[in-house]
Amino acid sequence: MQSRYAAIWFKNLLCDQRAVRMPELKETAFVLAAPRKGRMLITASSIHAEKKGILPGMVLADARAVYPELTVLEDKPGLAEKLLNGIGQWALRFTPIVAVDEHDGLLLDITGCAHLWGSEKLYLQDINQRLKEKGYHVRCAIADTPAAAWANSRYGRQKAIIEPAGQAQAISVMPPAALRVEPPIVEKLEKLGFYQLASLIDMPRSVLRRRFGAQLLLRLDQVLGLAPEPITAIEPDEPYKEILPCMEAIRSGAGIEIAVQKLLEAICQRLSKESKGLRKALLTAHRMDGSSQQIQIGTHAANCSTQHLLKLFVLQVPKLRPDLGFELFELEALMLEDTEQHTQMLFAQSASGDSAQIAELLDTITAKTGQGSVSRYLPDEHYWPERSVKVAGSLQQMPVFKWPTERPRPISLLTTPEKIHVTAPVPDYPPMLFRYLGMIHNVIRADGPERIEQEWWIQAGLHRDYYIIEDHQGARYWIFRLGHYGKDFPEWFLHGFFS
Amino acid sequence: MKQLANKSELVTKLRRDILERQGYHSSTRHRKVEMGLGQIEKSFPNGVFPVGCVHELISHSSEQVAAASGFMAAVLGKITRPGGMSVWISTARTVFAPGLKCFGVDPDRVIFIDVRNHKDLLWITEQCLKCQALSAVVTELKDIGLTESRRLQLAVEQSRVTGLMHRINPSVVSSTAAAARWRITPVASTLCDGMPGVGFFRWHVELLKVRNGEPGSWDIQWMPGHFTQNTAAQPGKETLLKAG
Repeated sequence: MQSRYAAIWFKNLLCDQRAVRMPELKETAFVLAAPRKGRMLITASSIHAEKKGILPGMVLADARAVYPELTVLEDKPGLAEKLLNGIGQWALRFTPIVAVDEHDGLLLDITGCAHLWGSEKLYLQDINQRLKEKGYHVRCAIADTPAAAWANSRYGRQKAIIEPAGQAQAISVMPPAALRVEPPIVEKLEKLGFYQLASLIDMPRSVLRRRFGAQLLLRLDQVLGLAPEPITAIEPDEPYKEILPCMEAIRSGAGIEIAVQKLLEAICQRLSKESKGLRKALLTAHRMDGSSQQIQIGTHAANCSTQHLLKLFVLQVPKLRPDLGFELFELEALMLEDTEQHTQMLFAQSASGDSAQIAELLDTITAKTGQGSVSRYLPDEHYWPERSVKVAGSLQQMPVFKWPTERPRPISLLTTPEKIHVTAPVPDYPPMLFRYLGMIHNVIRADGPERIEQEWWIQAGLHRDYYIIEDHQGARYWIFRLGHYGKDFPEWFLHGFFS
Repeated sequence: MKQLANKSELVTKLRRDILERQGYHSSTRHRKVEMGLGQIEKSFPNGVFPVGCVHELISHSSEQVAAASGFMAAVLGKITRPGGMSVWISTARTVFAPGLKCFGVDPDRVIFIDVRNHKDLLWITEQCLKCQALSAVVTELKDIGLTESRRLQLAVEQSRVTGLMHRINPSVVSSTAAAARWRITPVASTLCDGMPGVGFFRWHVELLKVRNGEPGSWDIQWMPGHFTQNTAAQPGKETLLKAG
């Protein structure tokens, strides 16, 4: 079969990416610049900047002189390769063989692919349109050889598709730079009057080799298809997903558990090889009648033990309704994290082993009761009692500062303060007695007041004056007065119990 | 005579073995625990506060709940080894994390689990008690039957985690498999004459039931870091004192 190649040239790759991220840049002239030899050099320029004559390689100061309103952004090195790799992964939908071409293009081996789109024209149109929708300015071309496709995408003036065996004719009108040879050779060729490749193709090979070296000949052969040009295809990212089709529909809980175990074994084997652990996983069970059901698990720490993960799934298996039975199971890892598995194995008895055990215990509990039932608290920088703690993000998270001890806090706190009726002698004195739930409590001892102000930047309201109270029976309470004595009597509340 | 002495030695050794088999330990899996409860510890067999078993506390009012929570926190602080974690399970949680700090417990070393129903609560408690990595497990519940409590006791015998079962407003005080049953009531704090303010936390501790031990009741006080049974300081004149 005649091989065919497509080349995609991203004219303004880096600038397009920025414009996608920040849509306000779309209509402005902006450049990316990086310091080089003590001055700022432009590394990439947007379409609008190019129209103003600002090209990569210029010194930023010169560009500013040309166009003072120029927006300058910092360039991140290595981004282009990462970006092209990402786009390459996306382009795997068009062909299984995709290669990254230096720092501004992709090469696709489209042999036997284009007919699926109807024709090469429609195929190219689809690529063009999809990339344009994403916000990239591209030029695409198709030819028999990668080099011809490359040349056509950069220097072609007529049509994007060079028909089979038509590359010799197509490149004859292109400049020598289309051969992808070193710049000094291009310069030399132009100096000698070779403005088009037509005059070069028919020259005797021995003359060309003597004057310009072997590289030119190789490139020429590669364009014409006389010499092979290997391309390095990118490896597709394999998703962390396992599928288990069943010969016969599975209806029993035990059967489902076996299926889950098989899937988990496969996925955990791969995870432990890559020293990764699971944080979230989703099981999809497809039923005979075409509908599907899902159950999800989460862990508190990255985990790749089949036994433990199976336990989490087993707790949820009763949620599935098999009816006629499941015929296909799909397990997908939604969230992964790196693990320090070897350390855990070595020190299974130490504190880190303990925390792994506790994490597994909490996973089991969360699987049973649902998210949000397990919490751990860290001190927060607020005096307002309700805001003085925050929920910790993970089991390992440590408090940034020490728990405050200078002010006593009750062991049990009511979620909402309860209103009480008091008899208080004069302002700022603790009450003499108070009534709570129909009981009169005579106050014998008291500590306070401790004034806690509202944090006005969070919430507006009156301050609280807290007292620690001990009544005639020896019980200790935490009560507060809301606001000052003024025209009306302030309200009193019970907020907690000291032990 | 010598034979007789050997016999009594043998009997005490056998007694100790029996206690050990019944789940009485003076040390957790990791270290020996010094509870510092003084006279109270004499009520227990071997004269030590048993860890690695289930204790039961009973409260009938919010004040008693707070006192019992304080007592449990103090026990937790003694049992937890450095860096160890404990769990606090409840259906309607009132315990305020920063309040644990004054009982020697780092509040960030306690994991709070909120459960909706009683059945899940028992299941989670059992799972937690089976986990050797935990130092102690506190459960707040209303009622528990003999069978259920026996399950918890069996879990503990394997893992030697200390369980504190706090029964709030129990409808029937039925018998359970717990090693001891406590009731903690707050009592007026004592201060030197004329000193204003509220003193250290003071409780009336009743040991209602002890397996193989002698029940009793005492007044104890929690000073930062340890229990005291010092009753020398008499309550001052009971007058309303201005806040300090």
